[in-house]
Amino acid sequence: MCLAIPAQLVSEPNDIQMAEVDILGVKRTISVMMTPDARSGDFVLVHAGFAIQVVDEQFAAESLEMLSMMGIKTAAELEAEMGMAADEAEDTGAAPSAASGVTAS
Amino acid sequence: MSGVLDGFRDPAIAAKLVDAIRETATTPCTLMEVCGTHTMAIAKNGLRGLMPQTVKLLSGPGCPVCVTANPDIDLAIEIARQPGIVMTTFGDMMKVPGSYSSLARERAEGHDVRVVYSPLDSLSIAESEPDKHVVFLGVGFETTAPAVALTIREAARRGLPNWSALSLHKTVPGALRALVDDPEVKVTGFILPGHVSTIIGVEPYRFLASEYGVPSVITGFEPVDVLQGVWMLAKQLAEGRAEIEIAYGRGVHAEGNPSAIAAIESTFDGCDAEWRGIGVIPGTGLALKPEFAAYDARVRVPCTPPEPREIRGCQCGDVLRGVVQPFECKLFGRACVPEHPVGPCMVSSEGSCAAYYRYTDYGRA
Amino acid sequence: MHQERILMSHGSGGTMMRDLIEELFIAEFGDETLSRMDDAAALDFPGRRMAFSTDTYVVNPLFFPGGDIGHLAVCGTVNDVATSGATPLYLSVGFVLEEGMLVDDLRRILTSMVRCAAEAGVRIVTGDTKVVDRGHGDGCYINTAGIGVLPEGLDLSGAHCRPGDVVLLSGTLGDHGIAVISTREGLTFSTDIETDAAPLNHLVAAVLAAAPDTRCFRDPTRGGLSSTLNELASASGVSITVEEALVPVHDQVRGACEMLGYDVFQVANEGKMVAVVPPQQAEAALAAMRASRYGEDAAIIGTVAEGPAGKVYVKTTFGATRIMDMLVGEQLPRIC
Repeated sequence: MCLAIPAQLVSEPNDIQMAEVDILGVKRTISVMMTPDARSGDFVLVHAGFAIQVVDEQFAAESLEMLSMMGIKTAAELEAEMGMAADEAEDTGAAPSAASGVTAS
Repeated sequence: MSGVLDGFRDPAIAAKLVDAIRETATTPCTLMEVCGTHTMAIAKNGLRGLMPQTVKLLSGPGCPVCVTANPDIDLAIEIARQPGIVMTTFGDMMKVPGSYSSLARERAEGHDVRVVYSPLDSLSIAESEPDKHVVFLGVGFETTAPAVALTIREAARRGLPNWSALSLHKTVPGALRALVDDPEVKVTGFILPGHVSTIIGVEPYRFLASEYGVPSVITGFEPVDVLQGVWMLAKQLAEGRAEIEIAYGRGVHAEGNPSAIAAIESTFDGCDAEWRGIGVIPGTGLALKPEFAAYDARVRVPCTPPEPREIRGCQCGDVLRGVVQPFECKLFGRACVPEHPVGPCMVSSEGSCAAYYRYTDYGRA
Repeated sequence: MHQERILMSHGSGGTMMRDLIEELFIAEFGDETLSRMDDAAALDFPGRRMAFSTDTYVVNPLFFPGGDIGHLAVCGTVNDVATSGATPLYLSVGFVLEEGMLVDDLRRILTSMVRCAAEAGVRIVTGDTKVVDRGHGDGCYINTAGIGVLPEGLDLSGAHCRPGDVVLLSGTLGDHGIAVISTREGLTFSTDIETDAAPLNHLVAAVLAAAPDTRCFRDPTRGGLSSTLNELASASGVSITVEEALVPVHDQVRGACEMLGYDVFQVANEGKMVAVVPPQQAEAALAAMRASRYGEDAAIIGTVAEGPAGKVYVKTTFGATRIMDMLVGEQLPRIC
């Protein structure tokens, strides 16, 4: 249960705590009554026309970084082993860098 | 932001987690996902096939649509049949069969049944059609209950004379207790629902660890999220721990969402609720408080549905408790298919049977 | 047929509609050509072969972002005739008008039809009108039937797909369905997405010229790409695998589908073509599509394989393979 999708607030909440969100370009007016601290620019989880939580982008990026470093060698270690430049190693997909899966939006 | 989120679908990261699970899960375990969205995520991404032999993923009663009992569906249908009523509902409930009919069939018979995306949309309908009485069918767990609570409060604030809500909402922790108390249900760990937890936080689940010693991890819905949840459970089991952990940190805070919790607690009282296949679980229903009687459809549209009945052979109840896998039900793929479902597990967008039938080759003719 | 009454789901382009057609219409009419269930009937006339198709348009609202029912009514039938490889020539048109409909609205619809017919190069040569009581007819229903001439020796069919063939899609998925649903009461959201409804006969002709051994064309209307590919896989007794990453979808359509819980493979399109071509002609077919109006975003999206027969698979962006299931009935927004 619970389709809740991340959307970005593109307006400040109005006096009845409704605000506009943007989901990949689609806009909808939703209630932010449950996220009183949310401000324009924040990302929120939207469920049934209500924001239920502010999503911590920074946390998300850090989680991904931690996961992507699980149990694998760093680019530097691989470079030492295989005698390739770290860049080359990344290009061949042999050494997922710490930034894999995380792109600035 | 979508760039960051795409990372939670990254196959490279997923592969690392799968390796980690294989390394860590050396003894057999059965992990129950208590959320229809998890069932679908697992099916759609083929995650079951990536698990080592030691890890069995089981579906539980996490689809609020599937666990709605026939008498409740029958009541919603009976209300929809009353003259002057507009029944508004989430799309999920339209095709779910009750004892004799479904809301989709009632619409075909000429009754005014309309799908809305948000309960707030039903308020707009009430305002623009003052000669009708608009009822909103509230189904869902704690993820959805606060939205409906706030809608009820908004209706009261506006003093809407022609709107009420039928609450069939249920709460999850009580059902988890019923599951661990059930001797037929054998679960070694719980994959807990991410968005219910966004609302209720960690505390309501504590008893699973402290009283029953069952490790549980609050998990998100992208494939990497699910694998991370499974890995963290495997680690707890390997290390002999039983804790409530949060894997879905970007969406869940330990204290939940206090505004949302307050909305539920100030609008609803706990009551007994009947869960399909499990029976009545005390205190797991949400009923409108007496001061909101003017917005309670049970008060505003009193009516008596026909005697409920169960369809013979339907094993939705056993499937919901994880005692039977969908493809083990005798009706699966034969008498019960999405085109003519016998029970809600096959028709609900998140039912276990629908997930198996639609996304895997089980039971296909 | 298990139901006593017709349900909305019977009209959605999914498995329930397929069952209705097979168990009722095909069974009762019992015509060999009809039973092939191709989008157009290829018929023998003395000295010529013709393609003949009909479709009825019941869209609500009548006017939606980027188009209207008239535009749809012409494009839809032109496209169905075109799928057979025929050059569409003539259309008939039948109107069922609701008492009380605004004449200005009807005029707007007719203007739309004239413009679309001119672009497609077809003539509207015969028609009929009826009026029904207020409260029936949703404003206006339109039926169009189209006839076109088939080149000698051309026999395209959904049953001709072979292992190794390549599946092409002429552009972005889901635009029409999302454009229409964005106007529905209770679901309003704002988007720039407009219907993709367009006449594709010139695109089809260009692809056939570049890839003469094309097996078939289909337009993925109600039920979306999934209904089309499932039908083709069944008719040809093959399996089809689509690579999700290769399928073009506008961000906003993706966003709307996420919000409503829709599967973009099941959302209706009105200006897209699927083509199945032998591998050695795939690049030429793609180039021809991309050079055609309405085909700028065309892509190769998948391949045909031996079996299991009738199955369609999606290789997800995540890397897993799942079944691309056919819509059963109505696609409804969900919160779960």
